[in-house]
Amino acid sequence: MADTPNYNWPPMDTRKVIGTRPKRLDGPMKSSGRAKYSSDLNLKDMLHGVYLTCPHAHARVKSIDTSAAEKADGVQSVYVIAPAGTELQWQSAEIAAVAALTEDQARDAVRLIRVEYEVLPHNVLDADLARIAAPYAQKAGERMQGDPDKAFTEAEVVSEGKYGIPVVTHCCLEPHGQVIQWQGNGDGSQIQVWPSTQDVTDYAGDLGQSLKVPVNNIKVKMEYIGGGFGSKFGPDAWAITGANLSQKAGGRPVKLWLDRATEQIMAGNRPSLFAKVKVAGKKDGTITGWQGETWGSGGVTGLTMPNNVPYVFDIPNSRRNHTQVKVNGGPSRAWRAPGNQQASYITCAAIEDFAAKAGLDPVEVFAKNLGYAPKARQDTYRFQLAKAAELAEWKTLWHPRGQSGPGPIKRGLGLAIGTWQGAGHASQCRTIINPDGGVRVEIDTQDLGTGTRTVIVQVVAETLGVPMSQIKLLIGSNDLPRDGSSGGSTTVGGVSTSSRRSSVNALAKLFDVVAPDLGVEPGQLEATEGQIRVKGTPGKSLTWAAACRKLGTASISEMGIFTARGDAAGMTTGGVCGVQIADVSVDVETGVVKMNRYTAVHDCGLIINPRLAESVVYGAVIGGIGTALYEERILDQQTGKMLNPDMEFYKIAGIADVGDIRVHLDIREENDKRGVVGLGEPPAIPICGAIGNAVANAIGVRVPCMPMTPDRVLNALEGRA
Amino acid sequence: MSQKDSEHTGKPKRRFSRRGFMRGVGLGSGALGTGLLARDAVAAPPAKVVGPGPVAIVLNINGKPVSLKVEPRVTLCDALRNQLDITGAKRVCDRGTCGACTVIMGGKTVYGCSVLAIDAQGKNIETIEGIGSPEKLHPVSAAFWNNDAQQCGYCTPGFVMACKGFLEEHANPAVEDFKRGLGGNLCRCGTYMGVKAAALEAAKTMAPAAGGKVNG
Repeated sequence: MADTPNYNWPPMDTRKVIGTRPKRLDGPMKSSGRAKYSSDLNLKDMLHGVYLTCPHAHARVKSIDTSAAEKADGVQSVYVIAPAGTELQWQSAEIAAVAALTEDQARDAVRLIRVEYEVLPHNVLDADLARIAAPYAQKAGERMQGDPDKAFTEAEVVSEGKYGIPVVTHCCLEPHGQVIQWQGNGDGSQIQVWPSTQDVTDYAGDLGQSLKVPVNNIKVKMEYIGGGFGSKFGPDAWAITGANLSQKAGGRPVKLWLDRATEQIMAGNRPSLFAKVKVAGKKDGTITGWQGETWGSGGVTGLTMPNNVPYVFDIPNSRRNHTQVKVNGGPSRAWRAPGNQQASYITCAAIEDFAAKAGLDPVEVFAKNLGYAPKARQDTYRFQLAKAAELAEWKTLWHPRGQSGPGPIKRGLGLAIGTWQGAGHASQCRTIINPDGGVRVEIDTQDLGTGTRTVIVQVVAETLGVPMSQIKLLIGSNDLPRDGSSGGSTTVGGVSTSSRRSSVNALAKLFDVVAPDLGVEPGQLEATEGQIRVKGTPGKSLTWAAACRKLGTASISEMGIFTARGDAAGMTTGGVCGVQIADVSVDVETGVVKMNRYTAVHDCGLIINPRLAESVVYGAVIGGIGTALYEERILDQQTGKMLNPDMEFYKIAGIADVGDIRVHLDIREENDKRGVVGLGEPPAIPICGAIGNAVANAIGVRVPCMPMTPDRVLNALEGRA
Repeated sequence: MSQKDSEHTGKPKRRFSRRGFMRGVGLGSGALGTGLLARDAVAAPPAKVVGPGPVAIVLNINGKPVSLKVEPRVTLCDALRNQLDITGAKRVCDRGTCGACTVIMGGKTVYGCSVLAIDAQGKNIETIEGIGSPEKLHPVSAAFWNNDAQQCGYCTPGFVMACKGFLEEHANPAVEDFKRGLGGNLCRCGTYMGVKAAALEAAKTMAPAAGGKVNG
């Protein structure tokens, strides 16, 4: 028998597939338009579902009459979500839905539903605490450490600032929704669902609980997802609605996807966070105290006190107060590093303001205070600060705040940092080796566009020594071995560990079969370059095909199980850094901010595919540029409605807006040996801080609130911010 | 002056217009009472009223005539996706902002969500399904793959078609030109760095096919 399997990653210098840059496996399907997303499906006898949603920010349903809709052309079923008496807490809350033969028939029928509302008082303000009525703003207490009063009394330098990031929406291009078919009822139910979800794994369990249907009878299938960013996990209300419409229509499949306006209003947003901060310190840049008042909203539940402001730097003397603001707006959802962008911005902006007040270079001030960062990360931050400064030509281009020279175009540089965990989630994978040499890998994960498919196949190809093209990968179905949801940047660590293990286990079985033919013990064999050969005696070998033929008709099928509970050593770990520097030009006559160059330096342990990792960083930065310069959910207090539930006035960054972006992946042996760490979230964190600081450096004053639109820039220049 | 501009100053081609849309759905003369609309209406052939129920039309899609019945209000994007199962073009903003539904109609890139299916008759409609396959990628699609210009991929078909349409009219473009040429398409994953590189690569591979048209 083989020795106890050694799952460890092969040493850096011996890897043949891991660490290389193959193109993404689903690229041909996606770039030829043939990738079928769940929202692309047209099934036999499929009906189209359309929602009726609430036009008010806060209301109670007095009565609802669906009789005319039920008789309308093409209508097959009507489902009431909010019967008389239901209180609705935000615009676009679901009232009822109709399924009809065509989408237009369903839209027409929805307009025939008569609803009487009792309109209730609302609040949609969150930025300006002084204007928010008392019941909507609740003090959430004070937290203190050390002696902040003493720190401020003894401070040589004290800086003050106001900062804020409003609510932004996920704006996934594929909206939320699904195609769903519910046949039968109760325990005899059969449900098939094609959702757009970051969690193929637990979707059925959640849906079964909601609909009281045996989870055994629920099939979930999703090949591709058109964006999630944290907003798409469980089945959500629309799956329940779609299922009911289907069942009421005799089990015909129903296609129910949110329209863009509904998507923007209520299917995902990130909480706002605003702050007033004072920083105390010494003339040499050492920070000694922090006093922060924060407030923000995640919807009708408010926002609890963030436990990560100040961010990364655990400043010894601090006092923090927080106010929860309740807003009648769609509920917030996780957003690519929840809470971290806001915390990073407020902290890095306050530190930059402190550095400016002290007349110091912020790179030096960040470095000087790294003693407050987690000990395990300090050296990495130090390295990355220097690397980012070098790549951004900081020494040449940076100048003290506001000293940008004459002329209306002012150039500035700004710096911010981030951190994230990103250790792999618990994951199971199956590797099958067939007698014809084919390899199949089964795992119920999903590829959000991060390259999950590609990295799994790279791991298996590396382990088995076969070409990637010989490996067939099945994902996106709950029939497959259990992986986990793609949240928290946990996917790559999970799937790489479980697929490595399943493939090592399968290979061990193959070694058992072929070892006698090669006259050695199984433990003396290795698989590489399409061969099974005796270690140290390359001449003694079998081709992969010949080795597999020895299996006769019996395939090998082995599981790889990773529990993420102490069995991760060397495979996957958490805890990364990231340093980013923005280089901007601001026209002080028009207030327009232009991105010149952006530098992002990140470590994420062992990197399986640097090409795809770089793409993830580019994408995160571009998303952040949108948040820093353009994106804001605008709610009107008078009507309670969102004024920009679309994509022309809810602006995301376009190709002309992003400037030049440079990504440096910190691939050093000391990072590599920590194992695989997720990268989806870390690079999305520091952008508002970096760009905000660059703008302040350029124009000499802080533009407190994102997005830094021309009016906000001009207001700041006029001292009105 | 660019190829596109010179065409615009020449004889106007028949193309989708709000006026045609209004006539198509039989709006009363009151709506046509503005100076602009009235003047244009005089020059146009007599209105043919169709709908509001489904009308039989023929669309020429990727070189093949396809018969279908649509209500006059149905957009080209919805007709393709919901009735013909041609789903490369995506419905995202549904109001002419994001470009995910881009197709090439009569040689021009258009947003499928902003063209009525009934107004798309008589022109060749080129969708991404007509320009290649996963096994035999069109040079623009191949360039998108080579340069990792897609993540979730939902915007990719629209970007590929916009890029193809732009390159067919502008040979030898510079990176700066793509900011304008592809500025009508949006990506939420942030693939623009890859898109820029892909567009440059595709410009090189497509240059001979562009038939010597030059960017002016």
